Amino acid sequence: MRSLLRRPELAPLVLLVVAFILAARASHSFLDLSYLLDTTTLHAETALMALGMTLVIISGNIDLSPASNLALTACIVAKLNAAGLHPILTVLAAVSIGGALGAVNGVLVAYGKLPSFLVTLGTLALYRGAAQALTGSAPVTIPNPLTGADKLLILGVPFPFVVVLAIATLAGLLLHRTIFGRWTYAVGMNEGAARFSAVPASAVKFWCFTLLGCLSGLSAILLLSRLGVARYDLAQGQELDVITAVLLGGASLTGGKGTVVGTMLAVALVAVVRAGMGLRDWPAEHQLALIGALLVGAALATGGLEKLAAWTRVVREV
Amino acid sequence: MTKSLRMGFAAIVGAIVLAGLGCSQKPETEVVVVKKNAGAKLKIVYIPKNTGNAYFDDVIAGFKEESDKLGDTFTSTAPAKADETSQISYIKDQVQKGVDVIAITPNSPVALNSALDEAKAKGVLVITVDADLDKNESHRVACVLPTDFAQVAIGQLDTLVDQLPNGGDFAILSATRSASNQNAWIDGIKAALTQPKYSKLHLVDVVYGDDQAEKSTTEAEALFTKYPNLRGIISPTSAGLPAAAQSLETKGLFPGGPHANAAGGIVLTGLATPNAMKKFVMKGEVAKFQLWSPRAMGVMACYLADAIKSGKVKAEEGVEFEVPGIGTHKFGPKGVITAGPMVTFDKKNIGLFNF
Repeated sequence: MRSLLRRPELAPLVLLVVAFILAARASHSFLDLSYLLDTTTLHAETALMALGMTLVIISGNIDLSPASNLALTACIVAKLNAAGLHPILTVLAAVSIGGALGAVNGVLVAYGKLPSFLVTLGTLALYRGAAQALTGSAPVTIPNPLTGADKLLILGVPFPFVVVLAIATLAGLLLHRTIFGRWTYAVGMNEGAARFSAVPASAVKFWCFTLLGCLSGLSAILLLSRLGVARYDLAQGQELDVITAVLLGGASLTGGKGTVVGTMLAVALVAVVRAGMGLRDWPAEHQLALIGALLVGAALATGGLEKLAAWTRVVREV
Repeated sequence: MTKSLRMGFAAIVGAIVLAGLGCSQKPETEVVVVKKNAGAKLKIVYIPKNTGNAYFDDVIAGFKEESDKLGDTFTSTAPAKADETSQISYIKDQVQKGVDVIAITPNSPVALNSALDEAKAKGVLVITVDADLDKNESHRVACVLPTDFAQVAIGQLDTLVDQLPNGGDFAILSATRSASNQNAWIDGIKAALTQPKYSKLHLVDVVYGDDQAEKSTTEAEALFTKYPNLRGIISPTSAGLPAAAQSLETKGLFPGGPHANAAGGIVLTGLATPNAMKKFVMKGEVAKFQLWSPRAMGVMACYLADAIKSGKVKAEEGVEFEVPGIGTHKFGPKGVITAGPMVTFDKKNIGLFNF
């Protein structure tokens, strides 16, 4: 029981179950499998970036730039695609460009020894500005072969959701089953101690940012495919949704804590809350307020559960 | 996880499920709404660009007024931010709820296409209001625009020339250099100046306030200094006009003001919402200005939504129909229709408007 209470996934799991029941009771339109599956396509980009963000936050850093990265990558590859780049190469280009933009953060944080908040606050503005400089305010439309991934069903499941599940599995294996994952937790918990134990801390941090960048690039392709158009203001402010999901999922801004399952549960929680309230025509500002309250509430609950776990241990030892 | 832990987990989840099922026995509002409007014919939803925008509140008021008259069920919902993607989930949710008509002021002429097509595939009528899906008109059936934009330039010049029958120098305080409607109106004004009616008016400058109050104020005050004999300013933008009016008041340069220039003071007109201009008009510093009526647009859009969905009106070029209380209208090319003429606001009527 004690270790159950200590699981960081507990709060998002409980909230998800509650939210699901309330949403189902609030609207008879909610419990419809095809609607729920279709809704996953709206949250695929947030989920992918949140998976990368989980790594960055566990390593004890923060990245404020993934949504700007997404917009810049989307604008660049939309231009390349419009200039005749093959669709498959366009997808590869997106992942590479996103990865390169993430690597810029990684180099500055890991090797430049700069605080990640400062660096990525800079690139948040820089990448968004570059996207606007590149395309102006005019939307860049992309031609047919790349569009409509959200309408592509694999065994009834929308393609973007399949991508999310696949990447989540890979991220879970990377974080919880490899030496890189153990290093990431070690760096986030105590970087000095990790370096002392011969953990290549700088390389670990660099790769966390770069992987998040690659996932921003992949998100750019999914969003482009869903919308059929790129604009400099795509996903504006979405970095906050991404960070909210990771923290709701039980990760800690001080590093060393967080899981892939927790993050995925939190993304699902936000998706269910939004769908439930959307079907009931709740005003947008109420939706924002509730999700903010959930974040604070989950943090409080997690803290409380940890205390409870510590208390049960004391009781048992007595 | 050990077996006991797993049991504990199951117990917690089970308890929550039971709690969730046990609580909230309140009736479902949606069901109530349907019952209350037993005679309701259609479910119509309007999705404006974003929430908290007085302009759209007035469009919504028009929708409500007309839907009450028709006996339809009307709701409105909108995202918090007016960005490219924010309306997509709202469209999907409304389709899932089973509405009959989605009226929308699109935030993007492209990004909503696939969501709107899904709505259409499920038998939902889609119409656009206030702005259209440029080059993507096939994704909606009809579009209601507030007024005939081709007439805006003439309307603006008329309000100016009425107040300056002997002519004089005037300037334009616009929004941004790239705003296509602004540029169209400026070109329209320039073209009309060759007509004898406006031949005594001389356009001396066009400046841009970038839709920001501060920049608009700076640009307006630069005009006062640069052209001491200036007689008029046209500011066809809702940020520029109130800012220019405030500078005229502060400097006392309006006609009859304490520091009015020798030529007789500066006559200001333009486009803005009545609420933003009420105090200047009531004090007599600005005599009149114009805008279209968002409410009339809402009434018209709601009437059309009902009429097209129930098969009474076909949205095809040249089709004429009558909106009770508003008048006869005719579809232009691509199913576009304009709601009505510009409204000129002055001391006599401005109190009747609240947006």
